[in-house]
Amino acid sequence: MKITKEEVGYVAHLARLEFSDEEKEKFTSQLNDILLYMEKLNRVDTTGVEPLTHATFLSNAFRNDEVKPSLPHDLSMANAPEERAGSFRVPKVIE
Amino acid sequence: MEYEAVIGLEVHAQLLTDSKIFCGCSTRFGAAPNANACPICLGMPGVLPVLNRKVVEFMMKMALATNCSINGQNVFARKNYFYPDLPKGYQISQYAQPPAEHGHIDIEINGDKKRIGITRIHMEEDAGKLVHDEVNPSSYVDVNRCGVPLIEIVSEPDLRSAEEAATYLRRLHEILVYLEICDGNMQEGSFRCDANVSIRPKGTEPFGTRAELKNMNSFRNVQRALEYEIKRQQYILEGGGQVIQETRLWDDSQGVTLSMRGKEEAHDYRYFPDPDLVPIEISDGWIEDVRKTLPELPLEKRERFIRDHGIPTYDAGVLTSNRALADYYEEAVRLCGKPKIVSNWVMGDLLRFLNEEKRDIRECILKPSDLAEMINLIENRTISGKIAKEVFEDMYRTGKAPRRIIDEKGLVQITDEEALKKTIGEIITANPAQLEQYRAGKEKVFGFFVGQVMKVTKGKANPALVNELLKKMLAG
Repeated sequence: MKITKEEVGYVAHLARLEFSDEEKEKFTSQLNDILLYMEKLNRVDTTGVEPLTHATFLSNAFRNDEVKPSLPHDLSMANAPEERAGSFRVPKVIE
Repeated sequence: MEYEAVIGLEVHAQLLTDSKIFCGCSTRFGAAPNANACPICLGMPGVLPVLNRKVVEFMMKMALATNCSINGQNVFARKNYFYPDLPKGYQISQYAQPPAEHGHIDIEINGDKKRIGITRIHMEEDAGKLVHDEVNPSSYVDVNRCGVPLIEIVSEPDLRSAEEAATYLRRLHEILVYLEICDGNMQEGSFRCDANVSIRPKGTEPFGTRAELKNMNSFRNVQRALEYEIKRQQYILEGGGQVIQETRLWDDSQGVTLSMRGKEEAHDYRYFPDPDLVPIEISDGWIEDVRKTLPELPLEKRERFIRDHGIPTYDAGVLTSNRALADYYEEAVRLCGKPKIVSNWVMGDLLRFLNEEKRDIRECILKPSDLAEMINLIENRTISGKIAKEVFEDMYRTGKAPRRIIDEKGLVQITDEEALKKTIGEIITANPAQLEQYRAGKEKVFGFFVGQVMKVTKGKANPALVNELLKKMLAG
C-alpha cells in the first residue's frame, strides 16, 4: 500500500472533512490506486526536462497599478452567515 | 558556560502600491471594515487574480538594493491553511525558486562593519484583520487588508545579539523607505518582524533548538524580546533542561515571551503552484531598467556625506536617516557652501521644531534656500548668531524669507562703531558702581556690561565689536 488509513484521516483533517471508518477504508484503497499510477509516471526518464508548472505557455500577465471600484458593502456581506458592525462574525479564533 | 545567540529575522513589508496585488481594490489603510473588497480578495469561486506589475518592480528594487540575484523564472504558490483571516483557505505566496536570493546588507556594530546575508525575498498577499470579542465567543473579520502586497525578506542566521538584530532591522527599514516602496509604519503593521532565535555554547558550530518570536511591533520591542528570549533559553540550558521548538508571543506589558499553545499542531501547508497565475519571466533588460531607478542608498549616502561634506559620522548618520532630510540638507549646503554650519542648524533647531510637532521634513515650510541665505547673512555679519535663532524660528513658523523678517523686525546687526560707542558711553555713565568694581579687578562685571549693551540694542549689536569697544572704554 502506498498510503495508510491514518494518512487519509490526516489529509481529511487538513481539509476539515469528516469521514466514517468505512469511507476512510474506501478512500484509502482509491487513493492507493491513484498513487500507484503516479508511480508509473515517475518511471519516465525526465532527465534534462524543466519542471512544468502550467499547461499554457503564457507568462507575465500583468495589470497596471490602478484602483478599480470595490463591491458595495452590502454585496460583499451578502453571503455572511452573520455580520456585526460591518465585519463578518465568526466563531472565536485566538492565535 | 558562555553562550552565543543565533538569530535570523523574517520581515514582512507592505508595498506602497495604490491597488492590491491581484485585484483593483484600494490598499488604503483605515477604510471602513470590508469597504475595500471584491470577488477576488473575498475568495469567491471562479475569479481570476491578475498580478500588479508594480509589485514585481518593487520586489526587484529591494532585491537589487540588498545585492540579491534575481531569478528570471518564478511562480506563485498556494499556501494552504484554514483561518478566517484569509477567506480563500490559502495564501498566494512564493515557495520553491524565490524571485530573489543570496543577497546581503552591511551593518555597523560599534564602528565595525558586519555583513548580514539575505536568504531570499519573495512576493505574497497579506491576510485580513481579526478582532476578537472580549465578552462573546466571536471574532470579527475585516478583509480590507486581504491582498495588500507584501514582500517577505528572510535573513541568514547571521545575527549574534539582540543589538545586531535591531541594527539590521533598522537598516532594512531605512532601505525600504529610501526606495519609497514601503511607508515603514510599524504601528499600522506596514513593517513587521518575526525572529528565529536559538543559543549555543560559544565557539561551537551546531545550532540549538530555536524558538520563533512574534508580536513585536517596534524596534525596541524586537530588541527587548530577543534579550529576554536569549536569557530564558540560557536559564533552561543551565538548569539542565531543553529548549522546545515553538512559537512564542512577545507580551509587551509583562516584558516576557509566552508560549503560543494551540496553533502548534504541525503546520502542513501543502504548497503547490497556483494554476490561476501564469509564471513570471524577468528579463535582464527589465532588471537593468529597474536598476536605473534606484536612488543612492543610505549607507552610500552616509559615506559620501562624511567624505564630501567633511561632517562627523554622527551628523552624517542623522542627516541620512531620512531621504527627504538628506536632500534638504544637501540643497542648503549647495547654496551656501557651509556643510557643518548647515548640519548644526538642521540637526539642532530644525529637527527640534519638527520633533516637537511630530512633523516630517516634507511638511516643512522653511525652504532650504532660505536657510542657506540666513547662514550667509550671519557670515557677512548682517545679523548675529543670536538674532539668527529668532529669525530661524520665525522662518520655520511663517515660511517668510530671512531678509523680509530682518527688515520687518529691524533686526540688522549694529556694526556702526560710532553709534555703539555712544550707547556704551551712556551705559558706563549710568553704572558708576559697576565701573568701579571692574576697575578694582572684578572681571566678572564685564558680563554685566555686555548684557546691558545687548539689552539696550535688543540683541542687535555685533558681539565681537561690543567686546572690543567695551574693553577699551572700561579701561578708560
